[in-house]
Amino acid sequence: MTTRYTKDHEWIRLDGDVATIGITEHAQNALGDIVYVELPEIGRQVEQGGEAAVVESVKAASDVYAPASGEVVAVNDTLDGAPATINEDAEGKGWFFRLKLSSPGQLDTLMSEEQYKAFLKTLE
Amino acid sequence: MTQAPDTAEATEPQATAPPAADVPPVAPAPLLKTPLHSLHVARGGRMVPFAGYEMPVQYADGIIAEHNHVRAEAGLFDVSHMGQAFLVGADHETVARALETLVPADIVNLAPGRQRYTQFTNDEGGILDDLMVTRSADPAEDGVLFLVVNAATKEADYAHLSACLPSGVRLIRADHRALIAVQGPMARQAVGRHCPEAVPMTFMSAISTRFDGIDCHISRSGYTGEDGFEISCKATRVRAIAERLLSEPSVKLIGLGARDSLRLEAGLCLYGHDIDTTTSPIEAALAWSIQKRRRTEGGFPGAERIQRELAEQPARVRVGIKPEGRAPAREGTEIRSIAGEPIGKVTSGGFGPTVNGPICMGYVENGFAEPGTGVQLIVRGKELAASIVALPFVTHRYVR
Repeated sequence: MTTRYTKDHEWIRLDGDVATIGITEHAQNALGDIVYVELPEIGRQVEQGGEAAVVESVKAASDVYAPASGEVVAVNDTLDGAPATINEDAEGKGWFFRLKLSSPGQLDTLMSEEQYKAFLKTLE
Repeated sequence: MTQAPDTAEATEPQATAPPAADVPPVAPAPLLKTPLHSLHVARGGRMVPFAGYEMPVQYADGIIAEHNHVRAEAGLFDVSHMGQAFLVGADHETVARALETLVPADIVNLAPGRQRYTQFTNDEGGILDDLMVTRSADPAEDGVLFLVVNAATKEADYAHLSACLPSGVRLIRADHRALIAVQGPMARQAVGRHCPEAVPMTFMSAISTRFDGIDCHISRSGYTGEDGFEISCKATRVRAIAERLLSEPSVKLIGLGARDSLRLEAGLCLYGHDIDTTTSPIEAALAWSIQKRRRTEGGFPGAERIQRELAEQPARVRVGIKPEGRAPAREGTEIRSIAGEPIGKVTSGGFGPTVNGPICMGYVENGFAEPGTGVQLIVRGKELAASIVALPFVTHRYVR
Protein backbone atom coordinates (compact mmCIF):
# COMPACT_ATOMS: atom_id res chain seq x y z
CA MET A 1 0.00 0.00 0.00
CA THR A 2 1.25 3.45 -0.94
CA THR A 3 0.26 6.59 0.96
CA ARG A 4 0.63 9.99 -0.68
CA TYR A 5 -0.02 13.49 0.63
CA THR A 6 -1.24 16.79 -0.81
CA LYS A 7 -0.23 20.37 -0.03
CA ASP A 8 -3.80 20.85 1.17
CA HIS A 9 -3.16 18.23 3.89
CA GLU A 10 -5.14 15.32 2.51
CA TRP A 11 -3.75 11.78 2.50
CA ILE A 12 -4.58 9.06 -0.04
CA ARG A 13 -3.77 5.38 0.41
CA LEU A 14 -3.99 3.05 -2.56
CA ASP A 15 -4.98 -0.60 -2.05
CA GLY A 16 -5.49 -2.38 -5.38
CA ASP A 17 -7.46 0.06 -7.55
CA VAL A 18 -9.36 1.64 -4.64
CA ALA A 19 -7.91 4.56 -2.68
CA THR A 20 -8.92 5.74 0.81
CA ILE A 21 -8.79 9.48 1.52
CA GLY A 22 -8.69 11.53 4.68
CA ILE A 23 -7.08 14.59 6.24
CA THR A 24 -3.66 14.45 7.86
CA GLU A 25 -2.75 14.47 11.53
CA HIS A 26 -1.35 17.98 10.96
CA ALA A 27 -4.70 19.11 9.49
CA GLN A 28 -6.82 17.73 12.34
CA ASN A 29 -4.52 19.36 14.86
CA ALA A 30 -4.72 22.70 13.07
CA LEU A 31 -8.52 22.52 12.82
CA GLY A 32 -9.09 21.61 16.45
CA ASP A 33 -12.28 19.91 17.61
CA ILE A 34 -14.17 18.61 14.58
CA VAL A 35 -17.97 18.74 14.94
CA TYR A 36 -19.34 17.94 11.47
CA VAL A 37 -18.37 16.41 8.14
CA GLU A 38 -20.20 16.48 4.84
CA LEU A 39 -19.23 13.49 2.71
CA PRO A 40 -19.77 13.02 -1.03
CA GLU A 41 -22.55 10.81 -2.44
CA ILE A 42 -21.57 7.31 -3.47
CA GLY A 43 -21.30 7.16 -7.25
CA ARG A 44 -20.18 10.79 -7.60
CA GLN A 45 -17.25 11.46 -9.95
CA VAL A 46 -14.63 13.73 -8.42
CA GLU A 47 -11.73 15.45 -10.15
CA GLN A 48 -8.22 15.75 -8.77
CA GLY A 49 -8.10 19.01 -6.80
CA GLY A 50 -11.90 19.41 -6.83
CA GLU A 51 -14.06 19.88 -3.74
CA ALA A 52 -15.11 16.50 -2.39
CA ALA A 53 -16.06 16.96 1.26
CA VAL A 54 -16.42 19.58 3.98
CA VAL A 55 -15.02 19.36 7.50
CA GLU A 56 -16.21 21.75 10.21
CA SER A 57 -14.45 22.49 13.46
CA VAL A 58 -15.96 24.51 16.30
CA LYS A 59 -14.59 27.62 14.64
CA ALA A 60 -14.82 27.19 10.88
CA ALA A 61 -15.73 25.16 7.81
CA SER A 62 -13.00 23.85 5.46
CA ASP A 63 -13.14 22.17 2.09
CA VAL A 64 -11.52 18.80 1.52
CA TYR A 65 -10.23 18.25 -2.03
CA ALA A 66 -9.92 14.99 -3.93
CA PRO A 67 -6.20 14.09 -4.16
CA ALA A 68 -6.96 12.15 -7.38
CA SER A 69 -9.84 11.71 -9.85
CA GLY A 70 -12.27 8.85 -9.60
CA GLU A 71 -15.65 7.56 -8.52
CA VAL A 72 -16.75 7.62 -4.88
CA VAL A 73 -17.33 3.97 -3.92
CA ALA A 74 -17.59 4.26 -0.13
CA VAL A 75 -17.93 6.91 2.60
CA ASN A 76 -17.17 6.63 6.31
CA ASP A 77 -20.69 6.79 7.76
CA THR A 78 -19.41 6.40 11.31
CA LEU A 79 -18.13 10.00 11.18
CA ASP A 80 -21.72 11.27 11.16
CA GLY A 81 -22.32 10.36 14.77
CA ALA A 82 -18.69 10.65 15.85
CA PRO A 83 -16.83 13.38 13.92
CA ALA A 84 -14.24 13.54 16.72
CA THR A 85 -12.90 10.22 15.34
CA ILE A 86 -10.98 12.44 12.91
CA ASN A 87 -9.25 14.18 15.84
CA GLU A 88 -8.48 10.85 17.47
CA ASP A 89 -7.25 8.91 14.43
CA ALA A 90 -7.04 11.16 11.37
CA GLU A 91 -4.95 8.80 9.26
CA GLY A 92 -6.80 5.62 10.28
CA LYS A 93 -10.39 5.31 11.57
CA GLY A 94 -11.02 8.94 10.64
CA TRP A 95 -10.94 8.30 6.86
CA PHE A 96 -13.48 10.24 4.76
CA PHE A 97 -14.23 8.37 1.53
CA ARG A 98 -12.92 5.81 -0.98
CA LEU A 99 -12.38 6.37 -4.69
CA LYS A 100 -12.05 3.95 -7.59
CA LEU A 101 -9.29 5.88 -9.33
CA SER A 102 -9.66 6.75 -12.99
CA SER A 103 -5.95 7.60 -13.42
CA PRO A 104 -3.84 5.98 -10.69
CA GLY A 105 -0.81 7.67 -12.25
CA GLN A 106 -2.00 10.95 -10.65
CA LEU A 107 -0.60 9.68 -7.36
CA ASP A 108 2.88 10.25 -8.75
CA THR A 109 2.16 13.99 -8.68
CA LEU A 110 1.65 13.87 -4.88
CA MET A 111 4.14 13.86 -2.00
CA SER A 112 5.58 10.83 -0.25
CA GLU A 113 5.44 10.75 3.55
CA GLU A 114 9.02 11.99 3.69
CA GLN A 115 8.31 14.83 1.27
CA TYR A 116 5.16 15.80 3.18
CA LYS A 117 7.10 15.91 6.46
CA ALA A 118 9.66 18.17 4.81
CA PHE A 119 6.80 20.30 3.43
CA LEU A 120 5.32 20.68 6.93
CA LYS A 121 8.69 21.96 8.16
CA THR A 122 8.51 24.76 5.60
CA LEU A 123 5.17 25.86 7.12
CA GLU A 124 6.56 26.27 10.65
CA MET B 1 -7.94 21.11 2.55
CA THR B 2 -8.38 24.84 2.93
CA GLN B 3 -10.52 26.98 5.14
CA ALA B 4 -13.48 28.38 3.26
CA PRO B 5 -12.98 32.14 2.94
CA ASP B 6 -16.52 33.07 3.92
CA THR B 7 -16.64 31.36 7.30
CA ALA B 8 -16.83 33.42 10.45
CA GLU B 9 -13.82 33.53 12.68
CA ALA B 10 -14.50 34.00 16.35
CA THR B 11 -13.06 37.43 16.11
CA GLU B 12 -13.94 41.00 16.49
CA PRO B 13 -13.19 43.05 13.41
CA GLN B 14 -9.54 43.94 13.11
CA ALA B 15 -8.59 47.29 14.55
CA THR B 16 -7.42 48.59 11.20
CA ALA B 17 -9.84 48.80 8.29
CA PRO B 18 -8.81 46.98 5.10
CA PRO B 19 -7.18 49.34 2.60
CA ALA B 20 -9.35 50.66 -0.22
CA ALA B 21 -9.09 48.69 -3.46
CA ASP B 22 -6.93 51.27 -5.24
CA VAL B 23 -4.41 51.60 -2.39
CA PRO B 24 -1.49 49.16 -2.34
CA PRO B 25 -1.60 46.88 0.71
CA VAL B 26 0.45 48.10 3.66
CA ALA B 27 2.31 45.72 5.96
CA PRO B 28 0.08 45.14 8.99
CA ALA B 29 1.14 46.75 12.27
CA PRO B 30 2.94 44.33 14.59
CA LEU B 31 0.55 42.55 16.93
CA LEU B 32 0.29 43.83 20.49
CA LYS B 33 0.78 41.52 23.46
CA THR B 34 -1.09 41.47 26.75
CA PRO B 35 0.85 41.22 30.05
CA LEU B 36 -0.09 37.50 30.16
CA HIS B 37 1.30 36.71 26.68
CA SER B 38 4.27 34.70 27.98
CA LEU B 39 1.97 32.78 30.35
CA HIS B 40 -0.23 31.76 27.41
CA VAL B 41 2.78 30.61 25.39
CA ALA B 42 4.29 28.75 28.36
CA ARG B 43 1.00 26.96 28.94
CA GLY B 44 0.56 25.83 25.33
CA GLY B 45 -1.71 28.58 24.05
CA ARG B 46 -2.24 28.57 20.28
CA MET B 47 -1.68 32.25 19.52
CA VAL B 48 -3.67 33.96 16.77
CA PRO B 49 -4.20 37.58 15.68
CA PHE B 50 -7.30 39.06 17.29
CA ALA B 51 -8.29 42.74 17.25
CA GLY B 52 -4.66 43.78 16.81
CA TYR B 53 -3.38 41.52 19.61
CA GLU B 54 -1.76 38.11 19.61
CA MET B 55 -4.19 36.10 21.74
CA PRO B 56 -4.71 32.42 22.66
CA VAL B 57 -7.56 30.86 20.67
CA GLN B 58 -7.17 27.62 22.62
CA TYR B 59 -4.76 25.58 24.72
CA ALA B 60 -3.82 21.90 24.39
CA ASP B 61 -7.18 20.53 25.60
CA GLY B 62 -9.11 22.20 22.77
CA ILE B 63 -12.16 24.44 22.56
CA ILE B 64 -14.81 21.86 23.50
CA ALA B 65 -12.96 20.66 26.61
CA GLU B 66 -12.27 24.25 27.65
CA HIS B 67 -15.91 25.23 27.10
CA ASN B 68 -17.14 22.26 29.14
CA HIS B 69 -14.66 23.02 31.91
CA VAL B 70 -16.09 26.53 32.34
CA ARG B 71 -19.65 25.18 32.56
CA ALA B 72 -18.59 22.47 35.06
CA GLU B 73 -15.86 24.17 37.13
CA ALA B 74 -14.08 27.46 36.41
CA GLY B 75 -12.09 29.09 33.63
CA LEU B 76 -9.58 31.94 33.59
CA PHE B 77 -9.74 34.26 30.58
CA ASP B 78 -7.24 36.96 29.67
CA VAL B 79 -9.27 39.90 28.43
CA SER B 80 -6.52 42.48 28.87
CA HIS B 81 -6.85 43.44 25.20
CA MET B 82 -10.14 45.14 26.03
CA GLY B 83 -10.12 48.88 26.68
CA GLN B 84 -10.24 50.12 30.26
CA ALA B 85 -10.69 53.80 31.03
CA PHE B 86 -11.97 56.18 33.69
CA LEU B 87 -14.28 59.13 33.26
CA VAL B 88 -13.57 61.69 35.95
CA GLY B 89 -15.51 64.83 36.91
CA ALA B 90 -16.56 66.95 39.86
CA ASP B 91 -19.22 64.54 41.08
CA HIS B 92 -21.29 61.57 39.93
CA GLU B 93 -24.08 63.69 38.51
CA THR B 94 -21.65 65.66 36.32
CA VAL B 95 -19.89 62.59 34.90
CA ALA B 96 -23.11 60.59 34.52
CA ARG B 97 -24.87 63.40 32.64
CA ALA B 98 -21.89 63.68 30.30
CA LEU B 99 -21.85 59.95 29.53
CA GLU B 100 -25.63 59.91 29.11
CA THR B 101 -25.25 62.18 26.08
CA LEU B 102 -23.54 59.20 24.35
CA VAL B 103 -25.33 56.11 25.72
CA PRO B 104 -29.02 55.22 26.21
CA ALA B 105 -28.65 53.69 29.71
CA ASP B 106 -29.57 55.52 32.92
CA ILE B 107 -26.16 56.32 34.41
CA VAL B 108 -27.33 59.08 36.77
CA ASN B 109 -29.28 56.56 38.85
CA LEU B 110 -26.56 53.93 38.80
CA ALA B 111 -25.90 53.22 42.49
CA PRO B 112 -22.38 53.26 43.96
CA GLY B 113 -20.69 49.89 43.44
CA ARG B 114 -23.01 48.92 40.60
CA GLN B 115 -22.25 48.10 36.98
CA ARG B 116 -24.41 48.50 33.90
CA TYR B 117 -24.24 47.28 30.28
CA THR B 118 -24.87 49.89 27.58
CA GLN B 119 -23.93 50.98 24.05
CA PHE B 120 -22.39 54.03 22.40
CA THR B 121 -25.00 54.89 19.77
CA ASN B 122 -24.63 56.98 16.62
CA ASP B 123 -27.03 59.64 15.34
CA GLU B 124 -28.86 57.01 13.30
CA GLY B 125 -29.45 54.85 16.39
CA GLY B 126 -26.83 52.28 15.33
CA ILE B 127 -24.27 50.89 17.77
CA LEU B 128 -20.67 52.19 17.76
CA ASP B 129 -19.66 49.79 20.54
CA ASP B 130 -21.08 48.06 23.59
CA LEU B 131 -19.53 48.59 26.99
CA MET B 132 -19.70 48.09 30.75
CA VAL B 133 -19.98 51.15 33.00
CA THR B 134 -19.17 50.88 36.71
CA ARG B 135 -19.71 53.50 39.41
CA SER B 136 -17.09 53.32 42.11
CA ALA B 137 -18.34 52.06 45.48
CA ASP B 138 -15.93 54.34 47.32
CA PRO B 139 -17.54 57.68 48.40
CA ALA B 140 -14.07 59.24 48.09
CA GLU B 141 -14.24 58.39 44.37
CA ASP B 142 -17.54 60.18 43.71
CA GLY B 143 -17.39 61.40 40.14
CA VAL B 144 -15.44 58.41 38.78
CA LEU B 145 -16.90 55.98 36.27
CA PHE B 146 -14.93 52.94 35.07
CA LEU B 147 -15.53 51.84 31.46
CA VAL B 148 -14.64 48.58 29.71
CA VAL B 149 -14.93 48.68 25.90
CA ASN B 150 -14.11 46.27 23.07
CA ALA B 151 -10.50 45.85 21.92
CA ALA B 152 -11.11 46.45 18.21
CA THR B 153 -13.10 49.62 18.84
CA LYS B 154 -11.26 51.15 21.79
CA GLU B 155 -9.30 53.77 19.85
CA ALA B 156 -12.46 54.94 18.07
CA ASP B 157 -14.38 54.93 21.37
CA TYR B 158 -11.75 57.07 23.10
CA ALA B 159 -11.66 59.51 20.19
CA HIS B 160 -15.47 59.70 20.29
CA LEU B 161 -15.46 60.33 24.04
CA SER B 162 -12.70 62.94 23.82
CA ALA B 163 -14.55 64.78 21.07
CA CYS B 164 -17.89 64.77 22.87
CA LEU B 165 -17.14 65.16 26.59
CA PRO B 166 -17.67 68.58 28.18
CA SER B 167 -14.62 70.39 29.56
CA GLY B 168 -15.34 69.35 33.16
CA VAL B 169 -15.16 65.63 32.45
CA ARG B 170 -11.86 63.93 31.62
CA LEU B 171 -11.20 60.61 29.92
CA ILE B 172 -8.26 58.80 31.52
CA ARG B 173 -7.11 55.73 29.63
CA ALA B 174 -6.08 52.85 31.88
CA ASP B 175 -3.73 51.18 29.41
CA HIS B 176 -1.48 50.17 32.31
CA ARG B 177 -4.20 47.91 33.67
CA ALA B 178 -4.82 44.25 32.85
CA LEU B 179 -8.20 42.49 32.95
CA ILE B 180 -8.96 38.84 33.59
CA ALA B 181 -12.25 37.00 33.95
CA VAL B 182 -12.90 33.98 36.15
CA GLN B 183 -16.09 32.25 35.08
CA GLY B 184 -17.97 29.13 36.10
CA PRO B 185 -19.76 27.54 39.05
CA MET B 186 -16.53 27.22 41.04
CA ALA B 187 -15.32 30.77 40.37
CA ARG B 188 -16.76 32.01 43.67
CA GLN B 189 -14.81 29.46 45.67
CA ALA B 190 -11.60 29.95 43.70
CA VAL B 191 -11.63 33.77 43.90
CA GLY B 192 -12.97 33.72 47.47
CA ARG B 193 -9.93 31.86 48.74
CA HIS B 194 -7.75 34.83 47.77
CA CYS B 195 -10.31 37.59 48.25
CA PRO B 196 -13.04 36.74 50.79
CA GLU B 197 -14.71 40.11 50.09
CA ALA B 198 -15.70 38.86 46.64
CA VAL B 199 -17.83 35.99 47.93
CA PRO B 200 -20.98 37.90 49.00
CA MET B 201 -21.02 40.13 45.88
CA THR B 202 -24.06 39.98 43.60
CA PHE B 203 -24.25 40.07 39.79
CA MET B 204 -23.23 43.45 38.30
CA SER B 205 -21.76 44.80 41.54
CA ALA B 206 -18.18 46.02 41.90
CA ILE B 207 -15.69 46.63 44.69
CA SER B 208 -12.14 47.90 45.11
CA THR B 209 -10.32 45.31 47.14
CA ARG B 210 -7.17 43.22 47.49
CA PHE B 211 -6.46 39.79 46.03
CA ASP B 212 -3.77 38.21 48.21
CA GLY B 213 -2.73 41.75 49.06
CA ILE B 214 -2.72 43.00 45.45
CA ASP B 215 -4.90 46.06 44.79
CA CYS B 216 -7.65 45.37 42.26
CA HIS B 217 -11.19 46.20 41.16
CA ILE B 218 -13.47 43.17 41.08
CA SER B 219 -16.90 43.01 39.51
CA ARG B 220 -19.31 40.07 39.63
CA SER B 221 -19.86 39.82 35.91
CA GLY B 222 -18.60 38.20 32.74
CA TYR B 223 -19.64 37.14 29.27
CA THR B 224 -20.24 33.40 29.47
CA GLY B 225 -23.68 33.20 31.13
CA GLU B 226 -22.01 31.66 34.19
CA ASP B 227 -21.45 33.16 37.62
CA GLY B 228 -18.04 34.77 37.81
CA PHE B 229 -15.82 37.78 38.25
CA GLU B 230 -13.78 40.24 36.26
CA ILE B 231 -10.61 41.39 37.97
CA SER B 232 -8.84 44.58 36.88
CA CYS B 233 -5.38 45.25 38.27
CA LYS B 234 -2.08 46.83 37.31
CA ALA B 235 -0.48 45.02 34.36
CA THR B 236 2.61 44.37 36.49
CA ARG B 237 0.57 42.40 39.05
CA VAL B 238 -1.74 40.37 36.81
CA ARG B 239 0.64 37.46 36.39
CA ALA B 240 0.73 36.95 40.16
CA ILE B 241 -3.07 36.90 40.35
CA ALA B 242 -3.36 34.58 37.34
CA GLU B 243 -0.79 32.14 38.77
CA ARG B 244 -2.59 32.05 42.14
CA LEU B 245 -5.90 31.35 40.42
CA LEU B 246 -4.35 28.65 38.24
CA SER B 247 -3.00 26.96 41.37
CA GLU B 248 -6.64 26.31 42.31
CA PRO B 249 -7.56 22.79 41.12
CA SER B 250 -10.85 23.97 39.59
CA VAL B 251 -9.34 26.74 37.42
CA LYS B 252 -7.99 26.25 33.88
CA LEU B 253 -6.87 28.78 31.27
CA ILE B 254 -9.52 29.23 28.56
CA GLY B 255 -8.93 30.65 25.07
CA LEU B 256 -10.97 32.93 22.85
CA GLY B 257 -12.50 29.98 20.96
CA ALA B 258 -14.37 28.78 24.04
CA ARG B 259 -15.10 32.36 25.07
CA ASP B 260 -16.97 32.71 21.77
CA SER B 261 -18.93 29.45 22.05
CA LEU B 262 -19.83 30.24 25.69
CA ARG B 263 -21.12 33.73 24.87
CA LEU B 264 -23.05 32.42 21.86
CA GLU B 265 -24.80 29.79 24.02
CA ALA B 266 -25.51 32.58 26.52
CA GLY B 267 -27.15 34.61 23.72
CA LEU B 268 -24.75 37.55 24.22
CA CYS B 269 -23.83 39.89 21.36
CA LEU B 270 -20.36 40.07 19.82
CA TYR B 271 -19.64 43.57 18.56
CA GLY B 272 -18.93 43.71 14.81
CA HIS B 273 -20.97 40.56 14.27
CA ASP B 274 -24.31 40.60 16.13
CA ILE B 275 -24.33 44.36 16.59
CA ASP B 276 -22.75 47.14 14.54
CA THR B 277 -23.33 50.68 13.30
CA THR B 278 -26.44 49.60 11.37
CA THR B 279 -28.23 47.67 14.14
CA SER B 280 -30.13 49.54 16.82
CA PRO B 281 -30.25 48.34 20.44
CA ILE B 282 -33.96 47.62 19.95
CA GLU B 283 -33.39 45.45 16.87
CA ALA B 284 -30.62 43.72 18.83
CA ALA B 285 -33.12 42.84 21.59
CA LEU B 286 -31.16 45.01 24.04
CA ALA B 287 -34.15 47.18 25.09
CA TRP B 288 -33.70 45.81 28.62
CA SER B 289 -30.47 47.85 28.83
CA ILE B 290 -32.38 51.15 28.32
CA GLN B 291 -34.00 52.21 31.57
CA LYS B 292 -37.42 53.88 31.72
CA ARG B 293 -36.25 57.46 32.29
CA ARG B 294 -34.04 57.39 29.20
CA ARG B 295 -36.78 55.81 27.04
CA THR B 296 -39.05 58.70 27.97
CA GLU B 297 -36.54 61.55 27.99
CA GLY B 298 -34.26 60.52 25.12
CA GLY B 299 -31.21 62.78 24.95
CA PHE B 300 -28.78 60.23 23.48
CA PRO B 301 -27.59 59.84 19.86
CA GLY B 302 -30.21 58.18 17.69
CA ALA B 303 -32.98 58.60 20.30
CA GLU B 304 -35.52 59.33 17.59
CA ARG B 305 -35.11 55.91 15.94
CA ILE B 306 -34.75 54.05 19.23
CA GLN B 307 -37.87 55.64 20.75
CA ARG B 308 -39.82 54.98 17.55
CA GLU B 309 -38.75 51.32 17.51
CA LEU B 310 -39.69 50.96 21.19
CA ALA B 311 -43.17 52.28 20.39
CA GLU B 312 -43.78 50.59 17.04
CA GLN B 313 -41.51 47.50 17.02
CA PRO B 314 -38.44 47.41 14.77
CA ALA B 315 -38.60 45.97 11.25
CA ARG B 316 -36.16 43.18 12.16
CA VAL B 317 -35.03 41.64 15.40
CA ARG B 318 -32.18 39.50 16.76
CA VAL B 319 -33.26 35.94 17.51
CA GLY B 320 -31.84 32.54 18.39
CA ILE B 321 -31.91 29.92 15.63
CA LYS B 322 -31.53 26.17 16.12
CA PRO B 323 -30.64 24.21 12.98
CA GLU B 324 -32.05 20.69 12.80
CA GLY B 325 -29.40 18.03 12.35
CA ARG B 326 -25.69 18.49 12.94
CA ALA B 327 -24.46 20.91 10.26
CA PRO B 328 -23.40 24.31 11.66
CA ALA B 329 -24.60 27.47 9.89
CA ARG B 330 -21.98 30.22 10.05
CA GLU B 331 -22.06 34.01 10.10
CA GLY B 332 -23.48 35.39 6.84
CA THR B 333 -25.79 32.43 6.19
CA GLU B 334 -29.02 33.52 4.50
CA ILE B 335 -32.25 32.86 6.42
CA ARG B 336 -35.40 32.14 4.39
CA SER B 337 -39.00 31.62 5.37
CA ILE B 338 -40.59 28.21 4.80
CA ALA B 339 -42.14 29.81 1.69
CA GLY B 340 -38.63 30.57 0.46
CA GLU B 341 -38.46 34.37 0.84
CA PRO B 342 -35.22 35.84 2.22
CA ILE B 343 -35.99 37.12 5.74
CA GLY B 344 -32.58 37.69 7.30
CA LYS B 345 -28.99 36.65 7.97
CA VAL B 346 -27.06 34.72 10.60
CA THR B 347 -24.69 37.01 12.54
CA SER B 348 -23.04 34.38 14.79
CA GLY B 349 -23.19 30.68 14.21
CA GLY B 350 -21.32 27.58 15.15
CA PHE B 351 -21.31 24.61 17.46
CA GLY B 352 -22.53 24.82 21.05
CA PRO B 353 -20.75 22.21 23.16
CA THR B 354 -23.25 22.41 26.05
CA VAL B 355 -26.19 22.32 23.63
CA ASN B 356 -24.25 19.57 21.82
CA GLY B 357 -25.29 20.81 18.43
CA PRO B 358 -25.25 23.72 16.02
CA ILE B 359 -26.63 27.08 17.22
CA CYS B 360 -26.95 30.54 15.66
CA MET B 361 -28.04 34.08 16.31
CA GLY B 362 -29.22 36.36 13.56
CA TYR B 363 -31.72 38.96 12.45
CA VAL B 364 -35.10 38.11 10.93
CA GLU B 365 -38.01 40.24 9.78
CA ASN B 366 -40.34 40.94 12.66
CA GLY B 367 -43.13 38.61 11.56
CA PHE B 368 -40.79 35.60 11.75
CA ALA B 369 -39.29 36.20 15.19
CA GLU B 370 -41.67 34.17 17.33
CA PRO B 371 -40.00 31.12 18.96
CA GLY B 372 -41.17 27.97 17.20
CA THR B 373 -41.29 29.61 13.77
CA GLY B 374 -39.80 27.30 11.13
CA VAL B 375 -37.13 28.79 8.84
CA GLN B 376 -34.56 27.59 6.30
CA LEU B 377 -30.82 28.25 6.39
CA ILE B 378 -28.97 28.22 3.08
CA VAL B 379 -25.73 26.31 3.72
CA ARG B 380 -23.52 25.51 0.71
CA GLY B 381 -26.51 26.00 -1.57
CA LYS B 382 -28.74 23.59 0.31
CA GLU B 383 -31.76 24.37 2.47
CA LEU B 384 -31.24 23.38 6.07
CA ALA B 385 -34.35 23.20 8.29
CA ALA B 386 -34.16 25.30 11.46
CA SER B 387 -36.42 27.03 13.97
CA ILE B 388 -36.46 30.28 15.86
CA VAL B 389 -35.80 29.66 19.56
CA ALA B 390 -35.78 31.82 22.68
CA LEU B 391 -32.39 33.09 23.87
CA PRO B 392 -30.28 32.11 25.72
CA PHE B 393 -29.54 28.57 24.54
CA VAL B 394 -28.09 27.77 27.98
CA THR B 395 -29.74 29.25 31.09
CA HIS B 396 -27.76 32.05 32.76
CA ARG B 397 -26.51 31.24 36.25
CA TYR B 398 -25.86 34.72 37.56
CA VAL B 399 -25.92 35.31 41.33
CA ARG B 400 -28.57 38.01 41.79
